[in-house]
Amino acid sequence: MSTLTKKDSNSSIITDSDYILEVNDLKKHFPVKAGILQRNVGSVKAVDGLSFKVKKGETIGIVGESGCGKSTAGRTLIRLYEPTAGDIFFKGRNISKMSESELRRTVRKDIQMVFQDPYASLNPRKTLKSILLEPMKTHNMYKGKEREDKLDELLDRVGFNPLFINRYPHEFSGGQRQRIGIARALTLNPDLIIADEAVSALDVSIQAQIINLMKDLQEEMGLTYVFISHDLSVVRHISDRVGVMYLGKIMEFAPKKDIYEEPLHPYTQALLSAVPTPRKKGAAPRERIILKGDLPSPANPPAGCVFHTRCPAATAMCSEKVPEFREVKKDHFVACHLY
Amino acid sequence: MSQVNPEISQKELELNPNLMEKPDTLTKIFIRKFMKNKLAVVGAIFLLAIVLISILAPIISPHPYDQQNLLAKLQPPSADYWLGTDRYGRDIFTRLIYGGRVSLLVAFGSVLGAIVIGITVGALAGYFGGIVDAVLMRFVDVIISIPSIFLLITIVTIFGSSLQNLIIVFALTSWTGTARLVRGEFLSLRSREFVLASKTVGTKSYKIIFTHILPNAMGPIIVAATLLVGGVILSEAALSYLGLGIQPPTASWGNMLQDAQNYTVMLTAPWYPFFPGFLILLTVLSVNFIGDGLRDALDPKTLE
Repeated sequence: MSTLTKKDSNSSIITDSDYILEVNDLKKHFPVKAGILQRNVGSVKAVDGLSFKVKKGETIGIVGESGCGKSTAGRTLIRLYEPTAGDIFFKGRNISKMSESELRRTVRKDIQMVFQDPYASLNPRKTLKSILLEPMKTHNMYKGKEREDKLDELLDRVGFNPLFINRYPHEFSGGQRQRIGIARALTLNPDLIIADEAVSALDVSIQAQIINLMKDLQEEMGLTYVFISHDLSVVRHISDRVGVMYLGKIMEFAPKKDIYEEPLHPYTQALLSAVPTPRKKGAAPRERIILKGDLPSPANPPAGCVFHTRCPAATAMCSEKVPEFREVKKDHFVACHLY
Repeated sequence: MSQVNPEISQKELELNPNLMEKPDTLTKIFIRKFMKNKLAVVGAIFLLAIVLISILAPIISPHPYDQQNLLAKLQPPSADYWLGTDRYGRDIFTRLIYGGRVSLLVAFGSVLGAIVIGITVGALAGYFGGIVDAVLMRFVDVIISIPSIFLLITIVTIFGSSLQNLIIVFALTSWTGTARLVRGEFLSLRSREFVLASKTVGTKSYKIIFTHILPNAMGPIIVAATLLVGGVILSEAALSYLGLGIQPPTASWGNMLQDAQNYTVMLTAPWYPFFPGFLILLTVLSVNFIGDGLRDALDPKTLE
């Protein structure tokens, strides 16, 4: 990470061509305003120093409890929100400070998002066709017959009969709508898709369908996913590497196997202990780590390690010094004084 | 709401050909839904009739609208004077249909103006937020805090009360409610996921506003507009009552009503105030019914 921090923000070439996305100390603070003069009285530190790299073709899972800043992180990555600080390198280009017109020219079509709520993510007044055509028109892609072919191909990819292209979103169920959302994200042949709780609004059986569809599409089209979810088992199913977020920071980042089998950070351990797992008859129940207290307010996060107020292993040092986010094993990053 | 299964195969389609039927367009659904609302349909027919009669006034009217006949003043309805005559012996029916031209023109013209201003200001404030929002909304607050009747009187006194002036004045004093409403709708719609999706695709702001946000905000705007139409007809009547509206001999429903506001007239010729008053009531009512019908018909979420 240290080599990254030194890099000039304007440089457009990076040596690590394996990485499609590099996030470097990304912060998003929302100002809190009060009074008739709308003075700034503080800020909500929704995302407070996020660093990770995403390899081409892999799936990164981001997990964390409600309010930890996962969705804000996703929306900041795709520049729906203006980052407060930090850099986002996409295919070697720093997109964190680009203007909207520059983004439109360069990376908008390469990064797409799949949204959480399939009922809110499609304009109720648009037909499937005009929903899917909008991205093509914006970027002037495909002409005439090619457009029709592309539409057929997209619908086919998500398992829709092209006959339904003139229907309105309200004629479809939640899972079907989510597939329309995925088709829309695929319209521009993106490289990276950020899926923000893409399946959490769906029934479990439909969740599996969508996840498998996403996996198939990844294989066919070489997509890279950043998959944001609060559901540990869904993330385990789809991800290659997993980042655990708490109060706007990444606590632990490691390959899926490491996270789920040998979690190092006490927070990850507590999270995983809350997942119900089947066990053999007579086997001892797994120990459940119960965290005390609530998630502290991101407007006023604890000093030192943000987790120390609820950490079962906290020491005096934890409340004073912010733990460094470092690689303790190969590919296994943890922000904790224990390691 | 019938949901379709989009995964069906070609074979199933051949077996069940009515699945191949083209789905109805939004316009068709809209018309069908509107037709289901009987009150709105009646309102629409009534308003259409009034508009048509007003347009055709010179052809239909049995008398010239400003022809006085002092020998036949305050006559009750008869074969010659269908709705009776006024204080100067003018035919009330004739004056009503001529008055409709003026009153409806003032009402629809100024509401159109008010809606355009209101949408523009509200959309800018709601979509861009921040300092733009603060400045525009404080401006709206200032306009609202000026009692509009005094503003109307002042402007009309200075610039005169011609038809255009009245339309401009009503438009300039009645857009604030719409602006607030539109701002609220935009505030909530701009953070909806389909708008965010549009942003991530790179769609330009003006396109997002016109294709995604505005069509979804149209329901409440139309209702507000219909309420405004009623309000403007009544305001015009109020201004006329103060002698500042449309000046006689040109007829408007407002100045006819004002002309009838006289103790002896009301007692001896009750049909004189009744007809313009009743026409105002029916018009405002049907406009409101139409507004209700439009709102329901435009909302894709309401069931058929």
